Amino acid sequence: MRYLPHSEAERAEMLGVIGAANIDALFSAVPAKALRTFDLGLPAHSPEFLVEAHMKALAAKNHAGADGPFFVGAGAYRHHVPATVDHLIQRSEWLTAYTPYQPEISQGTLQMLFEFQTQVAKLTGMDVANASLYDGSTGTAEAVLMARRLTKRNKIVLSGGLHPHYRDVVKAYLKDDADLECLSASPEGQGDILDHIDEATAAIVIQTPDFYGHLRDMKLAADAAHAKGALLIVVITEVVSLGLLEAPGALGADIVVAEGQSIGNALNFGGPYLGLMATRKEFIRQMPGRLCGETVDAEGQRGFVLTLSTREQHIRREKATSNICTNSGLCALAFSIHMGLLGEAGFTRLARLNHANACKLADALEAVNGVELLNKTFFNEMTIRTSQPAAGLIERLATRGILGGVPVSRLEPSDPSVANLIVLAATELTTDADIAALCAALAEELA
Amino acid sequence: MSMNNQGRPTGTGTSGFASTSGSALLPNEPLLFEIGDTEHSGVDLPDVTISTSRLGGFERKMPLDLAGLTEPEAMRHYVRLSRLNHSIDSGMYPLGSCTMKHNPRLNEKMARLPGFSDIHPLQPVSTVQGALELMNQLSHWLMTLTNTAAVALTPKAGAHGELLGMMAIKAAQDAAGQSHRKIVLVPESAHGTNPATAAFLGYTVKPIPARSDGTVDVQAVKDALSPDVAAIMLTNPNTCGLFEPQVIEIARAIHDAGAFFYCDGANFNAIMGVVRPGDLGIDAMHINLHKTFSTPHGGGGPGAGPVVLSAALAPFAPVPFVRKGDNGLELVEHAEGEVLGRITAFQGQMGMYVRALTYMLSHGGDGLAQAAQDAVLNANYIKARLAHAFSVPFGDYPTMHEALFDDTFLAGTGVTTLDFAKALIDEGFHPMTMYFPLVVHGAMLIEPTESESKQTLDRFCDVMEELATDAKAGNSERFTSAPLKAPRRRLDETRAARSPILKWERPAETLKAAE
Repeated sequence: MRYLPHSEAERAEMLGVIGAANIDALFSAVPAKALRTFDLGLPAHSPEFLVEAHMKALAAKNHAGADGPFFVGAGAYRHHVPATVDHLIQRSEWLTAYTPYQPEISQGTLQMLFEFQTQVAKLTGMDVANASLYDGSTGTAEAVLMARRLTKRNKIVLSGGLHPHYRDVVKAYLKDDADLECLSASPEGQGDILDHIDEATAAIVIQTPDFYGHLRDMKLAADAAHAKGALLIVVITEVVSLGLLEAPGALGADIVVAEGQSIGNALNFGGPYLGLMATRKEFIRQMPGRLCGETVDAEGQRGFVLTLSTREQHIRREKATSNICTNSGLCALAFSIHMGLLGEAGFTRLARLNHANACKLADALEAVNGVELLNKTFFNEMTIRTSQPAAGLIERLATRGILGGVPVSRLEPSDPSVANLIVLAATELTTDADIAALCAALAEELA
Repeated sequence: MSMNNQGRPTGTGTSGFASTSGSALLPNEPLLFEIGDTEHSGVDLPDVTISTSRLGGFERKMPLDLAGLTEPEAMRHYVRLSRLNHSIDSGMYPLGSCTMKHNPRLNEKMARLPGFSDIHPLQPVSTVQGALELMNQLSHWLMTLTNTAAVALTPKAGAHGELLGMMAIKAAQDAAGQSHRKIVLVPESAHGTNPATAAFLGYTVKPIPARSDGTVDVQAVKDALSPDVAAIMLTNPNTCGLFEPQVIEIARAIHDAGAFFYCDGANFNAIMGVVRPGDLGIDAMHINLHKTFSTPHGGGGPGAGPVVLSAALAPFAPVPFVRKGDNGLELVEHAEGEVLGRITAFQGQMGMYVRALTYMLSHGGDGLAQAAQDAVLNANYIKARLAHAFSVPFGDYPTMHEALFDDTFLAGTGVTTLDFAKALIDEGFHPMTMYFPLVVHGAMLIEPTESESKQTLDRFCDVMEELATDAKAGNSERFTSAPLKAPRRRLDETRAARSPILKWERPAETLKAAE
């Protein structure tokens, strides 16, 4: 077996040094009836080319993004990842290192995390950011719990524009919690969350651009929350939007959570992604997740370490701020390299290109009979109401080779009012020909 | 895996940074923000103008101030930084409880097939049948290796899997009118995530002391059981590297009391293909794909922590899951009577599923069992070779995939476990896990994995013996001053925590803030 270095002779020699008669002797603590004596019925080891053929056959059964016009968004976005990013993250020293618990021989990872935290803080306009969480959805749940610890209040209000999956994750994390209020879907961008803030409210959670693509007024929300002593948690699923939109930190956000996949990371059918979390500096000690900080070594040289770990489970055990034991290191590296390649100039151009393509898409969709655009504002994503149920329509578009967006009913099956809604995204990869193909197909299907 | 990181106070020195290129092959690399600026970019994009923006007046006014690098500059920055890292590919990485095994590159190549990497979690399921089939195949392997009824693939890490497993237990007990069960038993040797997870779900944690041989006494479990106990969270093989000899009796006692058995599967590498945890009576167990099934650790994630479930817990698995339907495979995203809901936005770590299945197919059932046996062989070999020079806490019987020593052998030398570990760095090895498990004084937990050749193990043992001899000979300076040959000397962790600097700020801003 190509991954196992020992020869049979070496195994025998090692058993001799140990003083064991055979390998079974090393498993003597296992109760005899639990030691497997039968065949599991799994296939035997296989040469590389056969494994490759097996996996390629599975991959070939999927319709990849590059195979045709693509407008699927709703929390994960198809952007270009520069070749440099994917090359660098496959370097052994990045790919096969562990969590930097020995800082003297992990300065690469640690300095990168320090740079990453700086990038995220700048993007969001917040004081501090952590070294990443699993993804945006679990990050949102963690932010809600953090807000409760900070305010010592319990009531949480989720905006109707929050990604339904994110809402569901918060619900699962706060199971059976009477203090969780989820507002009903607001596909028109309507918002009544401000009326739900009271003196018992720990935080309100607002996504912008929201699930339906509308841009929400963060300043108004922050002022209303703060007037009652509540916190504003801002959720962003499309981080590229921050290239054009005002930083939540400048508008009064207390905690910002974002899905960072758009920068540096492929779609990957949902994971691995990375959650960004940033907050005010006075809230650091209630923030979950790893933090990297600057210090000096014994010779006074600048260096970096994981810090403030007294918040974490391996020190605090049952008193920890969270049970989180990892971050999303390699995805954070991909994010950081891509953002480092873009820089402010590139990132701004990327955001403008996304918005420009979305404007073209919106204009083209509005011209299709049977399609109504619901958005007055958007960044790169929007919602349309079609004259036919969306789920079947999206399936029919797929048979034409067009991935035409996400039917809202897939995420909100029990809400008949959204049955004819589709959320569509455009990115820098969207071409005029893609838009024309989509609109032509829609026109035919809806005729 | 976690470990205490007790830093010996280091010299104060002056903060500052020499913008030299470093010496020989050891680079001294400035920060991205010190070499880049807001004008440079390594990505060519058209500069479009937008006639009618739809941003509704929410345009950015705060400067982004993000530094950019051209492609050659970026390449050099990240390559130079990478050289400051130890990695599996560059040397042995015997971190106990972390399973730092070889990461095959075929896994990486397969994960990057566009049919896996360039598919969206919400595109029509009719267009991702291959992905669902892959998830089914992975599930089959995991259930077969564990003899369990179901698997929830979605958890994004081991601790996330623990959370899901305990949520499923809570849901099952709530459904059975057993909500009064508020206590979770956790052995003292457990990973910190176990008590953190239990507390997170509102349980009271009741510690179970370890026996003098490092294992859990079934009698101690029985004594702790009451009608209010919801579950036990037990790691097996345990964090001392030992198989729990009474695990079947413990499972029986737990079940007799109406409670569930959560098994922390962090150490599954020792027994995969050899022992099926379902045969031991577990109800839920997470499997760290990034440990046992070779998906890369990536400098700290992303991980993946699928949870296998017994028949009793299977109905409480979260959405989404894959099911056979009339028109091929279906992705069930909203289940009727669904209890647990959803613990992450989409389908979990597909990229890791691809890598793990590739690894399983490469090994086959026979190769996985051989890998587990080799991992156990290697740990016992290290233990056998070093027992005379080190101190073994739990007596002379076989260990599983880890060799555990305490610091008794260092008594009176002025050298601590931390110092010893740092000296190992100067010899070219990544240190073992230190000060964990907590039940052993000055613990050194060594997990070689199956990936190390006998030659490497011998070289490691030679170095360990030589260091032990030197420590006992009174040459403490070599240890207390170590590492001397690494990119950095010991770092001042106290300073980092006392006045945290968590992001780069322009020197001018720093000056202004100090005024």
